[in-house]
Amino acid sequence: MRTDEDARPSPETLLRVAQAEEAEQHCAKLKIFLGYAAGVGKTYAMLEAARQRQGDGRDVVVGYVESHGRSETDQLLEGLEVVPKAEIEYMGVLLPEMDIDAVLSRKPELALVDELAHSNAPGSRHEKRWQDVEELLSAGIDVYTTVNIQHFESLNDIVAQITGVIVRETVPDSLLDQAVEIRLVDIPPEDLLQRLKEGKVYIPEKAARATEKFFKPGNLMALRELSLRRAAARVDDQMRAYMESRSIPGPWPVADRLLVCVSGSPYSERLLRTTRRLADEGKAPWHTVYVETPGGSKHARENRARVWKDLRLAESLGAQVATLTGTSVADALVDYAVRNNVTKIVVGKPAKARWREFLRPPLVDQVIRLSGTIDVHVVSIAASEPEVPKAAVARQKPGVPTWPGYLKSFLLVLLTSLACEPARLYLAPTNLVMMYLLAVVLAAIRLGRRESICTAFLSVLAFDFFFVPPRFTFAVTDTEYFITFAALLTVGVVISTLVSQAKERAEAIREREVQTASLYYLTRDLAVASDLATILYALVKNIEESLGAQLVVLLPEGERLSVAAGSTGLSLDVKESAVADWAFRNHTAAGRGTDTLVSAGLLYLPLQTSGDVLGVVGVKLKADTEFASPLSRRLLQAFATQVALAIERVQFAKQAEQAQILQARETLERALLNSISHDLRTPLVSITGALGALRDKNNELFEDARDDLLDAAWEEAGRLNRFVGNLLDMTRLESGALKIKQTPCDVQDLVGCALAALEPQLRERTIEVEVPAALPLVRMDMVLMTQVLVNLVDNAVKYSPRDSPVLVSAVVADATLLLTVADRGPGVPESELSHIFDKFYRVPVPEGAGGTGLGLSICKGIVAAHGGEIVAANRAGGGLRVKISLPIKPEER
Amino acid sequence: MRNVKSDTSKPRILMVDDEVAILRFLRVALGNGEFSLHEAENGHSALAAAAATRPDLILLDLGLPDLDGVEVIKRIREWSQVPIIVLSVRDGEDDKVGALDAGADDYLIKPFGVGELQARIRAAMRRSLQQAPEPVFHCQELEVDLPRRRVTLSGEEVQLTPTEYELLRLLVSHAGRVLTHGQILKQIWGGAYLDQQNVLRVTVSNLRQKIEPDPARPKYLVTEVGVGYRLKCD
Repeated sequence: MRTDEDARPSPETLLRVAQAEEAEQHCAKLKIFLGYAAGVGKTYAMLEAARQRQGDGRDVVVGYVESHGRSETDQLLEGLEVVPKAEIEYMGVLLPEMDIDAVLSRKPELALVDELAHSNAPGSRHEKRWQDVEELLSAGIDVYTTVNIQHFESLNDIVAQITGVIVRETVPDSLLDQAVEIRLVDIPPEDLLQRLKEGKVYIPEKAARATEKFFKPGNLMALRELSLRRAAARVDDQMRAYMESRSIPGPWPVADRLLVCVSGSPYSERLLRTTRRLADEGKAPWHTVYVETPGGSKHARENRARVWKDLRLAESLGAQVATLTGTSVADALVDYAVRNNVTKIVVGKPAKARWREFLRPPLVDQVIRLSGTIDVHVVSIAASEPEVPKAAVARQKPGVPTWPGYLKSFLLVLLTSLACEPARLYLAPTNLVMMYLLAVVLAAIRLGRRESICTAFLSVLAFDFFFVPPRFTFAVTDTEYFITFAALLTVGVVISTLVSQAKERAEAIREREVQTASLYYLTRDLAVASDLATILYALVKNIEESLGAQLVVLLPEGERLSVAAGSTGLSLDVKESAVADWAFRNHTAAGRGTDTLVSAGLLYLPLQTSGDVLGVVGVKLKADTEFASPLSRRLLQAFATQVALAIERVQFAKQAEQAQILQARETLERALLNSISHDLRTPLVSITGALGALRDKNNELFEDARDDLLDAAWEEAGRLNRFVGNLLDMTRLESGALKIKQTPCDVQDLVGCALAALEPQLRERTIEVEVPAALPLVRMDMVLMTQVLVNLVDNAVKYSPRDSPVLVSAVVADATLLLTVADRGPGVPESELSHIFDKFYRVPVPEGAGGTGLGLSICKGIVAAHGGEIVAANRAGGGLRVKISLPIKPEER
Repeated sequence: MRNVKSDTSKPRILMVDDEVAILRFLRVALGNGEFSLHEAENGHSALAAAAATRPDLILLDLGLPDLDGVEVIKRIREWSQVPIIVLSVRDGEDDKVGALDAGADDYLIKPFGVGELQARIRAAMRRSLQQAPEPVFHCQELEVDLPRRRVTLSGEEVQLTPTEYELLRLLVSHAGRVLTHGQILKQIWGGAYLDQQNVLRVTVSNLRQKIEPDPARPKYLVTEVGVGYRLKCD
């Protein structure tokens, strides 16, 4: 009896449910009309349902429906909006296909796509129609589609068993699992056969023979059961999820985890499908691994392409895929199983001949022995298929003749024999055998496995012929020598195998090391790159070096992608750019070696991080076969990820920098506002106060008092005016709008103008002016420099006692004009001297002479704009001296 | 356009500014009975008023909403030589020079005092109201005898070079009003010297050495920073 606590669903379950619900709301919905054979009426049912939806008010559009001339279907099509088909030309024939771009741009709520398993004509964007449907779904369009049970990937081999027909067009189970509803369209097999007789079922011409086999009553019944069971399992799934989310107790299956290994043999496909079914039954996750062994059966190495296909099949069936390396397949397999908590390992029954088991125990036995507590599930995979797919197995490496190798081994044996000939007299034959052994070892190291086995064989013959009595015959007098022959041959073969294995292992390790090294170099280059150009350069260089490939990097500029970097000599035409664009928009690899747009010249990988897609890299590999090789693909993917991260990092750094600048500017603006509000208000206080008092008729004021008030108001108004001027100057300086207009100026005139502008303040002060009349004219902006002198003299007057003199002097020395303003005030504390030119800096003065704190910084800005310097120092004897030095440029004549 | 006082005997002043507060101030500052005041608030009505009332002086704000101030000056100058004083803000040296070159006679920087305003008005009107300029120009200690080409400072004759004298004569004929660098250069040195401000500055400096009691703080030959020079006499 469960307690309340147990009855609550586990957090993981709830999370799953919540995520699924969320995904449901955002993703488009796929509804599948499932039938067990052609002609049950799936298209009809789909169209009926679509018309109902249309009647409900939804926007329905026909993506692709082929009526094949059936009038009932045509009738249902009337009234539905049909997107015109695209015509793809292939080998001189126009083939109709769904125009996916038209549907995407039309953007209906619901699209009808018939025959999910159909293969598109070459030249279409995707290889298969189910990929088109995937694209529609990710664009947010709901889809109704039809499919037959035999097109399910995981059921492909069972269907083949039942009907004897192998169906080539399959749909991955992952897509079918994604469907929100599977509607079973079912009619009794007798009715179907009747319809067939009446000619109501569409059969393409070329499938006529297969159809005869297919439409046998026994087959149809079995298929029907299969589809019913599948649909029921689907319902079961949903019900189970429902029960879990509400923690209704039920018979939960034990949490299993399966593992299966592919080897590139033709039976791997069946093994995978079987494992998928087992996983389905137990609702278990399952893993697929491929173990790469150095010098493992040559067969496996040559079947690399098939292994790649098997791994992709496993992925599409919903497995977690991994590639391992190791010396022994069984060891690596069991190790992986232990690390990943696998509960069942699925192995195929051995199909090889018994005798080979003496040399090497079959995989099953090895696994059983090593598996420990893990269950081993042995599955029958013996071929009963009428047509075994013949994969193109490369018999030998192209262009490498073995004749020179065999010739070399013959020569080697010959040489050895010649060498042994003189030694015959001194050494026993058993010792001469050692020489031949040496030859075999040499052949294994230098020539290769086959050649060294040949050498072993030839050595036996030569030994027999030349050195075993009777000489020069193949007869043997002493039967003991048979043991010698056998031993020589065996040792020869074993050594050859061992040495060649060791070589291949070393080769594999070296290859791996090269990969790792290239990744390391890229990462190292990227770590020090601080801007985009460096990153892209590092990427181009490293890929060119490590893969010998050419590449091009595209980054988004506004709405479109444009080439940001690339190998020299590689340019993209419109078609290639379109493929790159597709890869970018759909976050998926496209181009050569993928499923999409395979006719492109390059392979396009999106540069993506967890957040976003940052661009696309297009790669042109040296050899065509490399495009699909998992090794290169892995490496390229790793490169792409690293580069994407580096680009993201640079972007973040730039954003951080901009944020900092923004913050600094905001701080300044705040300080400015504070200063303004204070300094604008203060003079206004006196002005409004004075004027208010003067306006007040009730308040009788004496003449003196009135004059005082008026003077005060007048002075404060002047101060306010100056402050506003300072503010304007400051903003112009800050915004960079300050333009220096340099004209030849008379320095005496400059001082005179500055003093004239300050006339009211200077009325009762002594100003000593030391400006020689014969100074040369100096190029400067007269207006701005007058302002500078005004500020400096104003300060001197403000901060020094009334009876002290203010000195203004000018002198020219060393092509520099030196202007000095000095006072006899309190000066500035030494520690503050460098700060007085900062914005808003006010020297703490007891009387509070008042000032904006902007005057000196304005001076500094203007002097700096002239290329000069301004410096403040305390005078001997008290007071402050401010010195401006302006460079004098030679006069242009 | 409003007519405040319409009296044909008094000199007529047309005040043009889009700021109501400034018009009010001008009305008060000049409304002592000496002048007959008219107002306009934008460029087009200013042109209409100028044609209708034929003022003796125009106070023109440069920052009008509809027409550029310089444009107004140009159009008026097409048919009238009426003195124009422009009102502009600080830091608008280029605007002031542009206005003066287009035909304005003087300028005032806002905010300005009543005294300054009245001095400029008097100086500007002197030219238009008087028919014959005075032969001898007096300004405190400085005396310029135009017919005899003789300059004296506190009674003592001052020796000037011909260029210096020409400069002084030009300034005297525009006494109280500003002359731009360009106008001075063109008049005295000719059009080819328009860029040679150094020549002008040196001449001014030399002249100051000769006629100013304290050349470092001139009281007659005053520099209008960024615009030009003015012979000040009040």
